[in-house]
Amino acid sequence: MSAVTRVDPAVPAGSTRALSARRPLGDRSFQILTLAAGLLVLVILVLIAITTSQQATSWFSAEGLKIFTNNWNPGANQFGGLAFIYGTAITAAIALIMAVPVSIGVALLLTEVVPPRWARPIVYVVDLLAVVPSVVWGLWGILVFAPWLQHIYTSIASGVGGVPVLGPLFGQPVDGASFFTAGIILAFMITPIVTSLSREVIATVPAIDKEGAYALGATRWEMITGAVWPHSQGGVVGAVLLGLGRAMGETIAVALVIGSSPEITSHLFAPGYNMPAVIANQFGESSGVFRAGLMGLGVLLFVFTIIINVVARGVVQRNARRKRGA
Amino acid sequence: MAAVTAEPQKGELREPAGWRRTKNRIATALMVLSFVVVIIPLGFVLYTVIAKGASVVGWSFWTSGTIPSIVAPLGEGGIGAAIVGTVEIVALASVIAVPLGVLGAVYINEYGGNRILARIVRFMADVMTGVPSIVMGLFIFSIWVVHFGTNGFSGLAGAFALACLMLPIVIRSSEEMLKLVPNSLREGSYALGATKARVTMTVVLPAAIGGIVSGALLAVARAAGETAPLLFTILGAQSLNWNVFHGANTALPFLIFSNASQPYVGAEARGWGAALTLIAICFILMIVARLVTARFARYAR
Repeated sequence: MSAVTRVDPAVPAGSTRALSARRPLGDRSFQILTLAAGLLVLVILVLIAITTSQQATSWFSAEGLKIFTNNWNPGANQFGGLAFIYGTAITAAIALIMAVPVSIGVALLLTEVVPPRWARPIVYVVDLLAVVPSVVWGLWGILVFAPWLQHIYTSIASGVGGVPVLGPLFGQPVDGASFFTAGIILAFMITPIVTSLSREVIATVPAIDKEGAYALGATRWEMITGAVWPHSQGGVVGAVLLGLGRAMGETIAVALVIGSSPEITSHLFAPGYNMPAVIANQFGESSGVFRAGLMGLGVLLFVFTIIINVVARGVVQRNARRKRGA
Repeated sequence: MAAVTAEPQKGELREPAGWRRTKNRIATALMVLSFVVVIIPLGFVLYTVIAKGASVVGWSFWTSGTIPSIVAPLGEGGIGAAIVGTVEIVALASVIAVPLGVLGAVYINEYGGNRILARIVRFMADVMTGVPSIVMGLFIFSIWVVHFGTNGFSGLAGAFALACLMLPIVIRSSEEMLKLVPNSLREGSYALGATKARVTMTVVLPAAIGGIVSGALLAVARAAGETAPLLFTILGAQSLNWNVFHGANTALPFLIFSNASQPYVGAEARGWGAALTLIAICFILMIVARLVTARFARYAR
């Protein structure tokens, strides 16, 4: 009896060794069932790695290190995927540059500025961005947003044409469906997750730190830079990394608006391609090494996003633990 | 907090009012501006979808079973097949993912506790939420579809892919809800001599059911809008397929994707109609999830 009351309630009664021998069969099988369900996550992740790599072997063996060259020409049996990796990096970078300041701004607005009863509807609105399906962003992006952006791109491009640095980035050629359009759409799509994670992190800043800053006569902004930011820096970095992972893997919207042209160019307004988009667009009509190549790009994408997510979650968790301890 | 900030401004003993106050105002204005920046695209998208979709949707558009060819003008056929496909596939995916996800959460919270394995499972579930949806499609393609040839494409394969996507979301949201269940409930049941399985099934899960359902609904909303996992698993069909276990199927996101970049007026219009339908489904799921949370929130505390 005393054993029952003393154990950590999170691991109650039944799991103490002495009792476990007497536990009914149903009880033990339920535990095994839950364990199996928990392990399923690990099993799926391992199976993803194994089965997709298997399907991609002919690409890795046929091309070797040439998978990292810049020539994707299925007609000529050339499958170098560098342009897609480049496109993934560029679009994700554009998305982060636009989404991160906005997300942190909204997170600070929610936690430090507006009263809680206003915060809730704002959270709902931001979350709505995440509820709009990827394909709807894509449909809107290609039919409405890209044609509209094209006018803006054209005037920017004619303005910066000869300027160094800006010229190669924002000059001609110009297309509505481009790296930049894809980056903007991705920014819309990752804003909710970066916002909500940053908000969670910022909400853990102890009230006493903030009150201390105010007591010293700080303005709200000085309080944010002096008390909130040092405390939540690490967690926000984690949130940004998770946003990066999302931006890299987001497929359908990008497949529709990126312009589908496997090129490595500094021109952000030019059509490009990235890894998920090429898989989505070309997988259906592929076979042999071509298909293995697309599968291989999927494997690379999986590896990249897993690494980023592991690092990001690690950063977030460590930050949370350290702050709780302090 | 507002009172605290107001104080030094009124006191104005040391408040230089100049640059520091201006900086503070600029910062606040930028925060408000960032929210405005978020609303604009959302409003823009919703407005366009409603404006272009409202004239397309209607009873016959929703119920007509055969999806017309992309060149067909608007008015012929409808998207009934895609609605049925979406409902079938998402329902099947939920049947697979929700029980497994809840059981996984029960393992992490009720059995695993702080053990290293439970921590690994929790961490990897978090990581798994970040796996791109297209990778889930490739995964089901390589583990399932290729082994059955053309017969491999079916609603079932699509449901597997969506279930992989939903599983970690359900696990994490259910776990958060199980954490909220007060320990006194568990202790009371143990004191009555119940086994752990019984306590979990009859006391802990019912106490957390509101939050679990709401988390599951959000996962369903997410899955219903996903296209990428379906691309290589359901193949796309033009006609109604009631058999989710066999034969090519279709779904709303799939239909929108294939219509999105077509230069035909009819295809484009059907795309907008399907988009409006899909957004409506996702929003309804989200609103229901919020209502369920609100309804059960008092009980959970």
